[in-house]
This record gives sequence, structure tokens and C-alpha cells, in this order.
Amino acid sequence: MKVKVLFFAALREQLGTPGEEIELPSDVGTVAALRSHLRRRGGAWELALAEGKLVRAALNQDMAPPTSALKAGDEVAFFPPVTGG
Amino acid sequence: MKVSVQREDFDAGAEIRALSSDPRVGAVASFVGVVREVGMTLEHYPGMTEKALHRIVDEATGRWQVLGCTVIHRYGELKPTDQIVLVAVASAHRGDAFAACEFIMDYLKTQAPFWKKEAAGWVEARASDDKAAERWR
Repeated sequence: MKVKVLFFAALREQLGTPGEEIELPSDVGTVAALRSHLRRRGGAWELALAEGKLVRAALNQDMAPPTSALKAGDEVAFFPPVTGG
Repeated sequence: MKVSVQREDFDAGAEIRALSSDPRVGAVASFVGVVREVGMTLEHYPGMTEKALHRIVDEATGRWQVLGCTVIHRYGELKPTDQIVLVAVASAHRGDAFAACEFIMDYLKTQAPFWKKEAAGWVEARASDDKAAERWR
């Protein structure tokens, strides 16, 4: 299935892209699995999305825990903890 | 209930006067966040930001008696002394207005997708902000 992935703030800069459409292998069905899938690209991806890094996610523009299930057409965003206000 | 995410500055006095125009309102509590010491650029997630702010305001109106509420958050380039954020809540009595205003601000700090970047780099999130939001659970 295809999903849209977005990156914001420090993560967008580290990865050098604001996002992309991505075709997921059938075993990638959650937010956490998508993060691992992207991490396996190596280089900046491995560093920026490493296990120990505080990375938040949103699914269809709502804050989402790592266990959230994905479906075709979803918009998934990854970003550092927010610092507004 | 008004939510606005905008580049432009806002007039806090005018926003508060607008909330006071309802004769049932006996109290308006407000908070204005201001840029301190160094300039910054504020990035946000268009679409989600508005959705998150509406969700936070809805949560507040479910918990307290709120007659009107205005949340304005700026993005883009901001200089020291510039206003960043306004939260203003109108209620019949001050208790609800104070509590709802503080709740919205605490939740905004941890739930609304804004990120500050200063000349020295991206601002790190603070554990004290998570603690402040947790006490409302």
C-alpha cells in the first residue's frame, strides 16, 4: 500500500526532504514499523530515526502512538517533540 | 471559539474586547507569549496545527464552563518582544476562565505541532512542559 510520509523541523533538515509518497512492503503495518522501515535506508535515516531518538508521529494529522495501524492513503508525519507556545 | 494560525501580529486588546461583548461573560482570562532575548523562526504543520488547537479548545470547553475562546498562534520569523501566542477564555466566573486558559496553554505546549529554531539551532523540548500538561490528566 501507498502512504504519504512527512518530516518536520530538525528531522526534515537531517533527512534533507519534507516528505514523499512511499509504497510499503506488506509487513509494514504500523507507525513503528514504518519508522524502522525508513531507518533501514541507513546513513542520515539511521541516525535521525535511531531507537533512542525522541521522535513523535502523527497519523492523518492527529498525534499517534507507535502501535497505530496504517492503511492505504494515510498521511504519516514524523517530527521532534513540539516546542511552540 | 476562534483558532487562528497566522504570520501577522494580533491585537490582544481587541480580541479580549470581542470576547467580553457577550452579556453572560463575567471574566476573561488571557495569556500572551512573547519572544524573549533572541529572535526565532517558528515552523508548523499546516492542517494539523489548526486541528490540534481546535481539539485542545474542545477539551477545555468540555471540562469548564467556557462562553468564548480565542487562540492565535504565529509562525515565521519573530524578533525579541514580538508576540507569539494569545489564549483568551471568557466565562461567567474567573475560576473557569483561569483554569481553561492555563489548560489550553499547557496542552498547546505539548500537543500543537510548532517548532522553534533560533540562530543556535532547533529549540529542545523541555520535560517541564510535559509535566505541566500531565497534571491535568
